[in-house]
Amino acid sequence: MSKFSKKKKGLPAISTASLPDIVFMLLFFFMVSTTMRQTDLIIKKPDLPMASEVKKLEHKSLVSTIYVGKSKDKRISGDEIQVNDKIIKVGDIISFILSERSQRKEDEVKYMTTSIKADKKASVGTILDIKDQLRDVNALKVSFSTRRGDNFKSNY
Amino acid sequence: MGRRTENSEINAGSMADIAFLLLIFFLVTTTMDVDSGIARKLPEKTKVESKVTIKEKNILDIVVNRNNQLLVENANVKVGDIKKLAMDFIDNGGGLSAPKDGKPGEPCDYCNGAKDPASSDHPTKAIISLTSSRGTTYGMYITIQNEIEMAYNELRNNLSLKLYNRSYSDLKKDYKNDKSEAIKTKLDNLKAKYPQIITEPEPIK
Repeated sequence: MSKFSKKKKGLPAISTASLPDIVFMLLFFFMVSTTMRQTDLIIKKPDLPMASEVKKLEHKSLVSTIYVGKSKDKRISGDEIQVNDKIIKVGDIISFILSERSQRKEDEVKYMTTSIKADKKASVGTILDIKDQLRDVNALKVSFSTRRGDNFKSNY
Repeated sequence: MGRRTENSEINAGSMADIAFLLLIFFLVTTTMDVDSGIARKLPEKTKVESKVTIKEKNILDIVVNRNNQLLVENANVKVGDIKKLAMDFIDNGGGLSAPKDGKPGEPCDYCNGAKDPASSDHPTKAIISLTSSRGTTYGMYITIQNEIEMAYNELRNNLSLKLYNRSYSDLKKDYKNDKSEAIKTKLDNLKAKYPQIITEPEPIK
């Protein structure tokens, strides 16, 4: 009988020694997979307008972004256009789109989207000029980047 | 001296806590920066100028000047009114659709509008024209675009609830989860019933 009674020990505690390893693995996964890719803005950070009917941009690798906003230099009053860490003129948008295209695979080109991140105080004229250039180069998919919200009063 | 101190193990129990702290820090600080916005398809530039005659009543004329003041069909309105005006205009269904494949045009059997003969004939014919000035602010422009989008989405939602007992936005979500052909035909049908026809003429000086 004594043999049986000996077995009546409590459950051995689950070893938590490998827990740090698991957590570290998670940690490394997140550290590696999150890309911090962000272009440094030379212009003032555009204050995006609000909209409620927004669509998320998918396939981030196929998105080229055009920033429109005021210059950091207060003496320059007009809108500045920035792509890829440099300020460009409206006429250079064609070459920007072409260079973006050359970096992608040929069959992906038709899915490419141009995201326009413009300040809500920018003038529509600049945007229309950009749109005209995009039409010239046949980059027809455009997304006007906005924040999600209902407070339209802040837009104008 | 006889007693040898045993090399006691370093307690690794708190290691997990440290790792968790790091993990949570990274989880919180990394913003994935989801880019969302109003999607638009620009019209292609064609060399050949096609001459199409469009009846005045099939165009909803929205004009915004450089002081962000609005005119819809030559009446002074507020931005918030555009959605309703656009919906009434698109959903009017006062006439026949364009003849297709040799078949004569049909009246709109799904419209709930006033059937006013002075307003648009058919949702597939209704054109929204947005003329802006170069000096209009971008925020105003986006707000108008958003209002127009809202009008279309609500019309599609209403029709979708009637036809499929499920709203258009829900169907879109369904399609994201399950890319089935059945949902796609529904979505395409709704889009064909209320196609977005927005034109932006040359800006006013």
